[in-house]
Amino acid sequence: MEVLGQLLNTTLVFSTALIFAALGGIFSERSGVVNIGLEGLMMFGAFAAAVGGYYAQEAGMGEWAPWVGVLSAMAVGVIGSLIHAVASITFKADQTISGTVINFLAAGSTLYMVKLIFDGSGETPLIDGFSKVAIPGLSKIPVIGEGIFNSYPTTYLAIILVIVIYFVLFKTPFGLRLRAVGEHPSAADTLGVNVNKMRYIGVMLSGLLAGIGGATITLTTTGTFAHNTISGQGFIAIAAMIFGKWNPLGAFGAAVFFGLSQAIRNYVQLFEWSKSIPQEFIFMIPYVLTIIVLVSAVGRSSAPKALGEPYDPSKR
Amino acid sequence: MSRIKKIFATDTYIIPLIAILLGFLVGAIVMLIGGYDPIAAYSALFKRVFGSPYDFGEAVREMTPLMFTGLAVAFAFRSGMFNIGADGQVMIGMTAASVIGIKLGGVLPSFVLVPLAVIAAGVCGGLWAGIAGYLKAKRGINEVITTIMLNWIALFLSNYIVRTFLLLQGQNRSEDNPASLSMTFLFSTFDNARLHWGTVLALAAATFFYIYLWKTKQGYEMRAVGLNPHAAEYAGMNVGRNVIKAMFISGVFAGLAGAGEVLGVFHYQSVFAASPGYGFDGIAVALLGLTHPLGVILAAILYGTLTYGSAGMSFGADVPPELIRIVIGSIIFFIAAQGIVRWVLKPFYFKRKKEKVL
Repeated sequence: MEVLGQLLNTTLVFSTALIFAALGGIFSERSGVVNIGLEGLMMFGAFAAAVGGYYAQEAGMGEWAPWVGVLSAMAVGVIGSLIHAVASITFKADQTISGTVINFLAAGSTLYMVKLIFDGSGETPLIDGFSKVAIPGLSKIPVIGEGIFNSYPTTYLAIILVIVIYFVLFKTPFGLRLRAVGEHPSAADTLGVNVNKMRYIGVMLSGLLAGIGGATITLTTTGTFAHNTISGQGFIAIAAMIFGKWNPLGAFGAAVFFGLSQAIRNYVQLFEWSKSIPQEFIFMIPYVLTIIVLVSAVGRSSAPKALGEPYDPSKR
Repeated sequence: MSRIKKIFATDTYIIPLIAILLGFLVGAIVMLIGGYDPIAAYSALFKRVFGSPYDFGEAVREMTPLMFTGLAVAFAFRSGMFNIGADGQVMIGMTAASVIGIKLGGVLPSFVLVPLAVIAAGVCGGLWAGIAGYLKAKRGINEVITTIMLNWIALFLSNYIVRTFLLLQGQNRSEDNPASLSMTFLFSTFDNARLHWGTVLALAAATFFYIYLWKTKQGYEMRAVGLNPHAAEYAGMNVGRNVIKAMFISGVFAGLAGAGEVLGVFHYQSVFAASPGYGFDGIAVALLGLTHPLGVILAAILYGTLTYGSAGMSFGADVPPELIRIVIGSIIFFIAAQGIVRWVLKPFYFKRKKEKVL
């Protein structure tokens, strides 16, 4: 039973960053802008969190230092996403291409800046990240208490945001407008919705959330930022978003699924019987499972209709 | 003569050139902000690539897999698909070439062995990409997600095969591969730079790409499907079959990149800790090359020059080599957001001919 609680806990640690980034992806893509740049935006966030957190810690902010990291990650994530927004919305660039640009610029500029700031070192100094917070009372429940209610604050924040964003997207006028812009921009325009403004908001929110996602990795898992801190998490987040059919709850489920298979991978290796299975096959589990699940259950994915199309009012 | 003039007057050629210049400019500004000397850095970069026959040969070696993966991504793009999986296809190609080369090395004469290993690499890479094509065609599953998953599976599968069947005792790599694509006759000219036949193969692949897509009926169908699958279906084309075929060919290109690296450069295969990244560079090359085969070759040359030269930049001017990714990213940005380049060019266009503005 104890193992189950720990497994659940590790699952959530691995899922948290994916949840944030996938939620970010949903905002962008629901507004009609493909965001292949989540990887780069997470990189910006992880970098900013490491640097911001480091300076806050040096300034003696103690327990609040990681939060400064998160705020810096949000800011830098938004700035990074603006590059994508300007190119793809204002200048009507191919969205896949400008997303790829984000990945490139992030990979280059974050390491360049790390080397500039920390005298040529390829890695930021190790900082104290978040510590786990036990919620009084609830953390005493067997399994779930250990599993869920004794987690990092970012994990709680991620779970709360899933619900909040679900309501924002499907139950508020703002959400309706955002989705309308992604499904049928000219109709939305006719009804007086400012298409480009909504899309800017969508892309910037994706930068903000993916930035927090990246920050989560430095502030809970690695404690530093280096070239391999993100290594593919952004692409997995894209997969989680598509897997979850551009719905916050679905993306949450998919992110937890990826987190679980990563956690299983870590736990299976503790058992004696797993020695007889080549480790590569254990590593493959999450990715093979995803394809099997997609083939057997989910089927055709339903992307927002105007996804990838720059909006041109003259074509109405 | 007027034809040449016409080529340079059209946007297709001017815009990438201006974009490249602007990219270098952005890089220079970033260097100035960081307190470095951009002129020293850029000259160190080019000196590194063109300074010695060895370095020039090695730079060509660096360009070769980029040509292949660039062609792979561009080919899929032309048929309406985003192949993020070139990386996995490269690895599968490497593994196929390693298995054939090492296991059949003593059995077959090399004039059979080498072509067989190359063909196996291409076919296996193609089949690996074909999985994503099949799932897209038959099940409507987004190829972005399947190719990402297949990248990871390819990484672990390759490692498993190398570790279990090909391992050199006590090392984290395979035995030496007797099959070789090296251009040994050029070694003395280029101070033993690892030049190999893969480069020639890549140029042939680009030619095939061009002829197939623009000069054959099948290629016409493929482009039609890429431009508008619904219209293509209405016109009686089999969209699903074209999707699978396009992914297969795309994967063949990537698989050949793997063959070139294993048989021409390293002559063994390592156990990889993480994906080697050829596929992601391929995306950049395809986009830089405007997904046209000639463009892809030129883009691979540019990309290879910049990445190979970036090491020289850090020795020569102390600039972190990561800067080059900012330059490449900016170049792609300006090519994508052509509106910005047109806006920069506007005053010049006004002077030359008034009717051609925008």
